[in-house]
Amino acid sequence: MSLLLEPSPTMIKEEKLYREMGLTDEEFAMIETILGRLPNYTETGIFSVMWSEHCSYKNSKPVLKKFPTEGKHVLQGPGEGAGIIDIGDGLAVAFKIESHNHPSAIEPYQGAATGVGGIIRDVFSMGARPIALLNSLRFGELTSPRVKYLFERVVAGIAGYGNCVGIPTVGGEVQFEPAYEGNPLVNAMCVGLIRHEDIQKGIASGIGNTVMYVGAKTGRDGIHGATFASGELTEQSEEKRPAVQVGDPFMEKLLLEACLEVIKSDALVGMQDMGAAGLTSSSAEMASKAGSGIELNLDLVPQRETGMTPYEMMLSESQERMLLVVKKGREQEICDIFAKYGLEAIAIGRVTDDQMLRLYYRGEIAAEIPVDALAKDAPVYHKPSKEPAYVREFETMEYVPTVDNYEETLLSLLAQPTIASKEWVYEQYDYMVRTNTVVPPGSDAAVVRIRGTNKALAMTTDCNSRYVYLNPETGGKIAVAEAARNIVCSGGKPLAVTDCLNFGNPEKPEIFWQLEKAVDGMSEACRVLETPVISGNVSLYNETNGEAIYPTPIVGMVGLIEDVKHITTQSFKRAGDLIYVIGEASCEFGGSELQKLLTGRIFGKAPTIDLEVEAKRQRQLLTAIRAGVVASAHDIAEGGFAVALAECVIGANGLGVKVILDGPIVSQLFSETQSRFIVSVPKEHQATFEQLVEAKQIGEVTEHPTLVIEHESGERIIHLPVSKLRSVWKGAIPCLLKSKG
Amino acid sequence: MKFAVVVFPGSNCDVDMYHAIKDELGEEVEYVWHDAESLDEFDAILLPGGFSYGDYLRSGAIARFANVMKAIRKAAEEGKPILGVCNGFQILLEAGLLPGAMRRNHSLTFICRSVALRVENNETMFTSMYEQGEVITIPIAHGEGNYYCDEKTLNQLIQNKQIVFRYEGENPNGSLEKIAGIMNEKGNVLGMMPHPERAVHELLGSTDGLKLFQSIVKYWREAHVVTA
Repeated sequence: MSLLLEPSPTMIKEEKLYREMGLTDEEFAMIETILGRLPNYTETGIFSVMWSEHCSYKNSKPVLKKFPTEGKHVLQGPGEGAGIIDIGDGLAVAFKIESHNHPSAIEPYQGAATGVGGIIRDVFSMGARPIALLNSLRFGELTSPRVKYLFERVVAGIAGYGNCVGIPTVGGEVQFEPAYEGNPLVNAMCVGLIRHEDIQKGIASGIGNTVMYVGAKTGRDGIHGATFASGELTEQSEEKRPAVQVGDPFMEKLLLEACLEVIKSDALVGMQDMGAAGLTSSSAEMASKAGSGIELNLDLVPQRETGMTPYEMMLSESQERMLLVVKKGREQEICDIFAKYGLEAIAIGRVTDDQMLRLYYRGEIAAEIPVDALAKDAPVYHKPSKEPAYVREFETMEYVPTVDNYEETLLSLLAQPTIASKEWVYEQYDYMVRTNTVVPPGSDAAVVRIRGTNKALAMTTDCNSRYVYLNPETGGKIAVAEAARNIVCSGGKPLAVTDCLNFGNPEKPEIFWQLEKAVDGMSEACRVLETPVISGNVSLYNETNGEAIYPTPIVGMVGLIEDVKHITTQSFKRAGDLIYVIGEASCEFGGSELQKLLTGRIFGKAPTIDLEVEAKRQRQLLTAIRAGVVASAHDIAEGGFAVALAECVIGANGLGVKVILDGPIVSQLFSETQSRFIVSVPKEHQATFEQLVEAKQIGEVTEHPTLVIEHESGERIIHLPVSKLRSVWKGAIPCLLKSKG
Repeated sequence: MKFAVVVFPGSNCDVDMYHAIKDELGEEVEYVWHDAESLDEFDAILLPGGFSYGDYLRSGAIARFANVMKAIRKAAEEGKPILGVCNGFQILLEAGLLPGAMRRNHSLTFICRSVALRVENNETMFTSMYEQGEVITIPIAHGEGNYYCDEKTLNQLIQNKQIVFRYEGENPNGSLEKIAGIMNEKGNVLGMMPHPERAVHELLGSTDGLKLFQSIVKYWREAHVVTA
């Protein structure tokens, strides 16, 4: 739209044009009060993106306040590009997770790719060198052609971007449920390494300092992306395809290297990614955080297309752009660094003292708004909350499955796409580049060594959304606990959490209740397990045609492995090692993989969790791992004990396993009772292990590549060759993708 | 002995190559930016993996015009060892320093995994530390590693023993004759898709790539025994 055709302030008000941009009547009235006049078209656009849920967290802020965010190692909590946690030796880890669900639902390749790009910039904008990527993906069932397309293209998009930039994608998770059919989830996490003295912030301080623009030119792509992400998906969403940005990973690589060089210069004051709401959010937030104002001359903004209006420039979400604040008079030093990478840093404005965002265009003021009104003083809503009827109902349901053939059931579970090997996915990711990946995808947590030290980082993303759906509070606790279990199994001490809260429309009281309760559960688990939340993202309105996804609060967790000697994986290592199980199974099948397999749906009670017990078991196991007496460790998760045992032996080279169980067989094999682990211990360490860990010895790793489970009564429960388990487990996803449907 | 790791703006295995030489081999190594005029001070040139200039066009198609290519050609003529890995191999093909071309993997997807390689020729400056026919484990990570050349070229490659590595067992990318690495006729320019620099430490799962770099050092030491 050319400037001349833009609606006048009066038209915007009278014809309620702001509604199309996602602003309510009340919000528009607030804007009028703040400005003391009617906003023009550009200003209305700026308010609408900054007050979108995506940028302002207006609906989720009161809930997010419940998270514990402090701890002795926290150097940077939520509010910046990424959270930062100290790991000793003057080093720290910066990490964050973010969603790109809506764009990926419509244009899966670019949606996923730019999701990766955005999270990488969040991390290097802090001054950290990105060292690993992870992701968490949710799709509908892999039987529909649309879901297959989304799945294939999302994976290709993540690969295409991350591989090119040269950051290894080391871990993640993928689950498939009908609830995600029209609204897949694409959450990307980036982990960076930083020296304490290099920590940067996105602030625009120092009156008179220069605001510089660097990276890709601004185009008309992604206009109103943040607003689009703050609404439900409908059949008309395909029309929003232009709101999806296009990624250029090569540009990102150049920006990354140049920005990491720039942070070494004391000419730099602050730096922020132009992410959601692009130039608008980066400038307003940087100024608001510093208590300053910003003046931009939009004629100087590098533009990819001719005739762009202030509205378009300010709302564009063109990728691979950064905003820098540089000490006045030292711009050339910054320009020189970027020039080495073939990039131009351009001065487009300056820091002012009047706390206003002021935009000039062709010599006139195009917009003039108090920065705080856009950032920290954006509206906050306390939405009504109501327990959904189904939750009550599920609490009263008892579900006790019957299984006729244990072997066939185990094989069917291994072939469930949620359990099956994700090799098809992660082989498309360069998970080794930078040669620090010690534990590649496929074990409990990925492990990346820190060159020049004996330390390593364990990292994982987790959430069983079925449990969260059945009972958001319990499910929230389990999501955090499971992530911590995975870190501990790898030999790491859980340090901190980043979260991505994917929920439905918060304006529905039942959805808001899910959000509240899940956060309550997560917060409690974070407190007990001493893993503060240091960063995160909220993605609401994940609904298609009125149907919400399962509430899916993804937990990204990073843990510290003090010595690479402690690195542990889930695979059995040596014949003769003793097998222990930590924790006892009870009959808990609500939301289980077995329930889904047998009934095709999810209902009943979520498994219970006692966080004190969880913490104790994790402590004991980690102590044993650090004492060097554990050969392998694996948590018992989806599919229960039998699936976990199969996973331990599938990756073990030519080995088998024999265990003897007691008690009710179905629960022993398939129950998803929480806080349990399978551990193998070399015989010579038996005494020490038993001293350190309360666990029950149940069998041995054998030389014969078979998985044998017997009952103490002498009944042979399962006797399957490992090759059979492996081929079913590995073949499931490729097979589903090839099948017609 | 002094190695150069040539860095294009989109190189991303440059750090891996550098550390393999410095930390695991203990030899001298320096990064050389893609606009460099000369490589005279270096004894061996390494072209690392990555996406040289984004590679939105054919991989390496733009890199062959980089300034540093003149110096690389000169080094090749002088007989210095030149190793191109992954994107480095693609660049050597595009530059005509090695024959043939790369197509996309037959799966049309990027593939990252450890693969088995057979050493087809151990009488080279890159492979003398391996046994003839030795099977080693080295990772691959590429989207375009499906090597192709015409029949005449293939016959030459076979006759002159220019095929240095073949994939053992499954062919991961559809490459002609399971070719994983080839050298020029003179034997001083080697291009290979697998990443030996990713297999130099037990923590990384394999140390089978070390011997390749050690072979280069051995060659150089022997050649310089008189002048040393």
